[in-house]
Amino acid sequence: MAEQSCLVTNDWICGEYLRSRSQELADATVQHIGITVVSVLIGFAVAFPLALLARRGPRFAAPVLGLTTVLYTVPSLAMFSLLLPLFGLSAALVVTGLVLYSLTILVRNILAGLDAVPQEAKEAARGMGYGPGRLLWEVELPLALPAVMAGLRIATVSTVALTTVGSLVGKGGLGNLIEDALPSFFKAQVLTAAVLCVVLAVVADLLLLGLQRLLTPWTRISGAVEAAPAKTDAGPPAPATVKAG
Amino acid sequence: MGVIGDAWTWLTTGANWSGDGGAAHRLGEHLYVSGVSLAVAGAIALPIALYLGHKGKGGALAVNLSNVGRAVPVFAVLALFMVTSLRNSGYWPTIIALVLFAVPPLLTNAYVGMREVDRAVVEAARGMGMSGGQLFVRVELPLAYPMIMTGLRSAAVQVVATASIAAMVGLGGLGRIITAGFNTYDTAQVFAGAVLVAGLALVVEGVLVGLDRLLSPLRRRRPA
Repeated sequence: MAEQSCLVTNDWICGEYLRSRSQELADATVQHIGITVVSVLIGFAVAFPLALLARRGPRFAAPVLGLTTVLYTVPSLAMFSLLLPLFGLSAALVVTGLVLYSLTILVRNILAGLDAVPQEAKEAARGMGYGPGRLLWEVELPLALPAVMAGLRIATVSTVALTTVGSLVGKGGLGNLIEDALPSFFKAQVLTAAVLCVVLAVVADLLLLGLQRLLTPWTRISGAVEAAPAKTDAGPPAPATVKAG
Repeated sequence: MGVIGDAWTWLTTGANWSGDGGAAHRLGEHLYVSGVSLAVAGAIALPIALYLGHKGKGGALAVNLSNVGRAVPVFAVLALFMVTSLRNSGYWPTIIALVLFAVPPLLTNAYVGMREVDRAVVEAARGMGMSGGQLFVRVELPLAYPMIMTGLRSAAVQVVATASIAAMVGLGGLGRIITAGFNTYDTAQVFAGAVLVAGLALVVEGVLVGLDRLLSPLRRRRPA
């Protein structure tokens, strides 16, 4: 009895699919990672000065936080469509949309981290003759790092998921494979791409967690800090939003 | 200017609002699936979150659920539904997906709100002889209210956003105006649809912020 190919029977899990389309899957994954990494890096580069600006007082904080919150409320489908006249069908459109979303989380977390730096630490540094620049780089930023990294992790995980919507303009990484599979109800392709998205998100999260541990060796010295990792993992509890649409 | 003007023309043309594929019908679909889903998600998530928060159990569940919700792409979940027989069941694939993505923000925020109630206040209430039920209704619930409303707001915005993604897999809702515009290379229609979807999300957010202030049991907002 000849075994029917799982491609013909349209099985959910299909080894033959993985073998025959491995190149396509690899290309889509590379595009997905590329879009995510570029978006988060640009997002961070924009969010950092915005957070420093917002810290100068409520006169700056209100518009910065207000604008990023409004941007975050716009659904991704609408965001990408509103950018269409500016960017056309390009990866730049998807990256711009994702950067705008990441700003909300990153600005808030950077601000929260900097605000939580103990006043005594800052006073001590000033007393030792630290100027504002050196104070920021050598005292405030290292102490704010756990909150900043928590924001970076949330932003990265959401960005991985949101990238799929980029398939609207043909630049959605694994989302493109999902879209292509829909007209023929190709189960193996939809499931494989969906699982790969989640795997990418989890791997990215763990890599950033590893980076955080590397960058903050002092948090591992005292047992007290290590005892409560769940809290830092969750980030600041206030905006427990889920940006997926 | 050209696109914005054309989009305005699209929005002010009556013919684009009428009929089965018209904006009015799509808006109705959008509001219907969003409303039903939010109600179902609230009915599932809030009792669980409030109970767990009152008992002080299940913190890991509340936090992890939120993280899982973030990592799973909405588009992938809708697509998975559409390659099963669920695709023939009307609004169900959309509603199920919307409920799945509305539960995490509702549950996590309500749980955190309950747990963040000052322990000293809880002890004082117990010392005054309040029963578990009285403590819950008269102390914990009013104090957790801001976070519960935050969860409701982010769930509502999430639901409206997810309902627009449903159009990408061929389901109804306002997003269809956008996807139909993409199919016919009609940038003005894409832009007009996007304005409608974004506007709806902002209106929902605004209405809920207003409702929050109106219903607040403490009348004085906690600093955000």
